[in-house]
Amino acid sequence: MTEVNWTALIIFVALFAFITWLGFAAASWRRGDLDLLHEWGLGGRRFGTLITWFLVGGDLYTAYTFIAVPALAFGAGAVAFFAVPYTIVAYPIFFIVFPRIWYVCHKHQYITAADFVRGRFGNRWLALAVTITGIVATMPYIALQLVGLQVVIGALGISGTGFAADLPLIIAFVILAAFTYSSGLRAPASIAIVKDVLIYLTAFAAVIVIPIELGGFGKIFAAVPAQKLLLATPGPNTTGAYSAYATLALGSALALFLYPHSITGILSASSGGAVRRNAALLPGYSFMLGLLALVGFFALAAGVAALPEYASGFKEFGNNFAVPALFLRSFPSWFVGIAFAAIGIGALVPAAIMSIAAANLYTRNIHREFINRNPTDKQEAQMAKWVSLIVKFGALVFIIFVPTQYAIYLQLLGGIWIIQTLPAVILGAYTRWFNDWALLVGWTVGIVVGTVMAAAVNLTPTYPLQLAGYTFPGYTALYTVILNIVVAIVLTPIFNAITAQQTRFDETAASDYYA
Amino acid sequence: MSLGVTMTSLANKGRGWSWWYLLLLVQFVAVLWPPFYNRIEPYWIGLPFFYWYQLLWIIIGAAFTGIVYFATED
Repeated sequence: MTEVNWTALIIFVALFAFITWLGFAAASWRRGDLDLLHEWGLGGRRFGTLITWFLVGGDLYTAYTFIAVPALAFGAGAVAFFAVPYTIVAYPIFFIVFPRIWYVCHKHQYITAADFVRGRFGNRWLALAVTITGIVATMPYIALQLVGLQVVIGALGISGTGFAADLPLIIAFVILAAFTYSSGLRAPASIAIVKDVLIYLTAFAAVIVIPIELGGFGKIFAAVPAQKLLLATPGPNTTGAYSAYATLALGSALALFLYPHSITGILSASSGGAVRRNAALLPGYSFMLGLLALVGFFALAAGVAALPEYASGFKEFGNNFAVPALFLRSFPSWFVGIAFAAIGIGALVPAAIMSIAAANLYTRNIHREFINRNPTDKQEAQMAKWVSLIVKFGALVFIIFVPTQYAIYLQLLGGIWIIQTLPAVILGAYTRWFNDWALLVGWTVGIVVGTVMAAAVNLTPTYPLQLAGYTFPGYTALYTVILNIVVAIVLTPIFNAITAQQTRFDETAASDYYA
Repeated sequence: MSLGVTMTSLANKGRGWSWWYLLLLVQFVAVLWPPFYNRIEPYWIGLPFFYWYQLLWIIIGAAFTGIVYFATED
């Protein structure tokens, strides 16, 4: 581990240098006035079908995904494959809902989901709830991208003590911060193309080369312990692993597009048609994710955990080291460089988009709403640029000084929190029936109960819900968003009666939601 | 054939609801009900059923989404 893999390192650094140049050069790509927030923060809403495909794909399939999904397969087995049904059901949801959201946001020049909620429901506090949820859920997600980066840097053999240990990470982050600041969303959009090509190359190489080396899929799965091969069959009076698996997939899919970085990616599309086409084309990435989940089993079959040369890596990074160790074992050094660069760049693209999304939210929905109501366009864009720096710096400090496990816990909670914006954002795209205060109470109940439930199961994702003598283990986020919706439905007529509002505020019209 | 014709006539071009969207529901049922596929046999190129079944549904799901895309225009 302490030995530096020079060939891999040189290729890794060269690819990083290339994307750094690309990130800065992107400022003049489809040139727009970067002193306008929608130019900096949404790429001027100028991305066609193909660029949106790369951008949203680069956005959703993060470095952490590439490390953590196989790591879960490596550690826990079949349950990790929930990532597959998750992406399968995510895109139909995207296909049905998000063209509507794109149209209304385009029509009213909304830049964030909170902008939409503000315009639809006219309640700045509900919009604030959506904003804060978005920012808080995004921060640990950015931090986790750094974990992905840390693992590959460690696997390249770069190590040190104290400040020197964190230096490569800091350098990568300064680069990221600089090009995001100067180019806005155009930077991750252009780099996403490079990232996705590298990731596809790596994924296909991994599923072709490694099984050949290991003697075929048959041998690989024969080496996987029986209890990891399938979900455990539920015992009496419980739906066991089955309901946990299905609710994790469905809940994660519902939460996915509520994350600010997803919405930023979608809103940067140049047309509703581009959004629709992307919903039909994005499953192209799902297949890659499925293949990568299999890579965890390859690592298991290759027995990387038992090899002495990787012992220190596993000691430092745990199961997250499974994929890098497998690549080191299976690929020639030059390709290790490419594969690790793919993961490293795969960290920077989502981190850039996430920080831009958080910056858009702060600037539009906190600063403009509560602090300076009439900023000039230039002030607004400048504010967003600064906030994107602060957000990234915060994530960097977090990952350097706080144990990684905390970022993982927070990201888990973030999923439970962000799904609570579903009634206002997704149901809100269909109906103005809900009372805005009822939505806010529903959100509060969802957040509080979700957090308590997660704490009760020691910050694991599934909660064993007891009903009439049966146990239904399931994803806390899904359970609590149902509670949230029920509360909002029950309270809406009550609140409407109390306030006796004659007309409901709504600056959108039914015809704003389609072409 | 007659079903296809009926479906086409029901397909509400544009803004609102289209019956074609029901096609998207099929993949929800197929992959969110683990008893359907939590089995090892039959293998395919060495992959247990559990794995290749779900990978196959990525392709089928993508095809369904593609069909719905062309059937429902903005």
